[in-house]
Amino acid sequence: MNEQLLTNFTIFVMAILIGFAVISKVPATLHTPLMSGANSIHGIVLVGAMLIAATAHDVIGYALALIAVAFATMNVVGGYVVTDRMLQMFRKRPTPAAKPSDTVEG
Amino acid sequence: MEDTIGVLVRLAWLVGASMFVIGLMRMNSPATARRGNLVSAAGMAIAVAATAVLLIRNGAGVTPWLIIVIGIAVGGGLGLYTARTVAMTAMPQLVSLFNAVGGGAAALIAIEEYFSRSSGDIALDTTVFVIFDIVIGAITFTGSLIASGKLMGLSFTPSRPVQIPGGQVVTIGLAAIVVLGSVYLFLGNESPAVMLLILAAALVFGVTMTLPIGGADMPVVISLLNSFTGTAVAMAGFVLNNVVLIIAGALVGASGAILTKLMADAMNRSVLNIMIGGFGGGGDTAAAVAGPGGNVRELGIDDAAIQLAYASSVIVVPGYGLAVAQAQHAVRELAELLESRGVDVKYAIHPVAGRMPGHMNVLLAEANVPYPQLREMEDINPEFERTDVALVIGANDVTNPAARRPGSPVSGMPILDVDRAKNIIVIKRSMGHGYAGIDNELYTNDKTGMLFADAKEGLANLVAAVKGL
Repeated sequence: MNEQLLTNFTIFVMAILIGFAVISKVPATLHTPLMSGANSIHGIVLVGAMLIAATAHDVIGYALALIAVAFATMNVVGGYVVTDRMLQMFRKRPTPAAKPSDTVEG
Repeated sequence: MEDTIGVLVRLAWLVGASMFVIGLMRMNSPATARRGNLVSAAGMAIAVAATAVLLIRNGAGVTPWLIIVIGIAVGGGLGLYTARTVAMTAMPQLVSLFNAVGGGAAALIAIEEYFSRSSGDIALDTTVFVIFDIVIGAITFTGSLIASGKLMGLSFTPSRPVQIPGGQVVTIGLAAIVVLGSVYLFLGNESPAVMLLILAAALVFGVTMTLPIGGADMPVVISLLNSFTGTAVAMAGFVLNNVVLIIAGALVGASGAILTKLMADAMNRSVLNIMIGGFGGGGDTAAAVAGPGGNVRELGIDDAAIQLAYASSVIVVPGYGLAVAQAQHAVRELAELLESRGVDVKYAIHPVAGRMPGHMNVLLAEANVPYPQLREMEDINPEFERTDVALVIGANDVTNPAARRPGSPVSGMPILDVDRAKNIIVIKRSMGHGYAGIDNELYTNDKTGMLFADAKEGLANLVAAVKGL
């Protein structure tokens, strides 16, 4: 195991522990938006897709990179937009009958 | 040491990764959740912009830029269009679809990285991560597509469990191909053919793994696959030696794992049990324990309307049937009508009501049901005893008192104590079974009146009847 790999592995394990710590506190009612939100975060694979697009050097490589970039962007954009749509609904009661105390958003 | 731009790009990636963590933390509460998602999206924008700067610094050619611009335009357009047009009830299958393409992208990165460097300069630890990335990414890709298809009810992916001929043998065979192929490559051999064979086996494995699982269990499967994608992305980070992929992937891997376990716990099943087989296995014990219950009392619309209108407190128990019938607006209308008559109305939300944890909250929120009226199971269960009418709409197994006794397939599953209410009205299309495939003793309870109707139609009729009182 070289130095770089060891560093990466340390970061990997720490990130897993942070994930457990942060997420176990989310109430059940927000689990579906959370799942969708986490789903958009792994769209970070777009960064990797861009990097391989730059290093590809043959037609097959270009084709794979193109599909990877398109897939990853769909994951990112779709994921964040659909999560936002869901969370928008949690915000408050837009009916005129709403009293200030009915609103969740401060 | 890198040059200034290289350092700044790395720092920007770190900022992006930190914003993912902060975004997830903000999703702890409904009040800050939306801002949390925006923080996370901003982190993503920073990370992607930093990558673009890096590519400019590296002097990337015209072709890579064309690929990136076209890819982003096509993928972004598709993502934006589907995310904005999807109906909220169809949202789980869309999440699964986005998950599929994410896993697919991760697998493609490893494939390209392996084949573009297949000239004797691949380090052994890179090969290990390449294989992990390809296997997990490929399984996620086909598995999520099948899961999405099952929820959409496509004909070639029926929602019922599909038994694959020789299922066990096929699964073991595919696993053997992956393991033996990996060992061969780990030994230092370089073989694109073997890598492609592993890829093919993993793609088929994703299908055979998901097809035999019933539609009811799909939320757990999607959540598990979400976790897989996170892991695949982290593996891609190892392959590319990129820290932001490792952090974000590991975060999602951890969150998906927790969600999966929570969902499985709420259904009183282990994740392994779900992955291995459908509910069918418990059928024999069910017949032995439940037995034929008492008589079912059918209730007319007017009787139900009178019970509701003259109650002082009503708890609405929405279930999957309400989601399917898209009756969330109708139930909100009925609830508001009852409230205007001075009835205290609350909603009891079982953790797995609908198709995913929290799915019912989203549907009801969409229909403008005030958030504070939605009560979670532990919170609302003690209140059923003091409640005049419990109105069950399209919920089945999560209300079955048989869960309190051992020996039934639902035994030990946390349920809503609907049977403790003074009166119970159940709106249901037929006496059909829920996912567990067993009789619900609640329906034969003396206090229960059954109103046989589609959820939306039944609620509309109830609203009309209450107005006429």
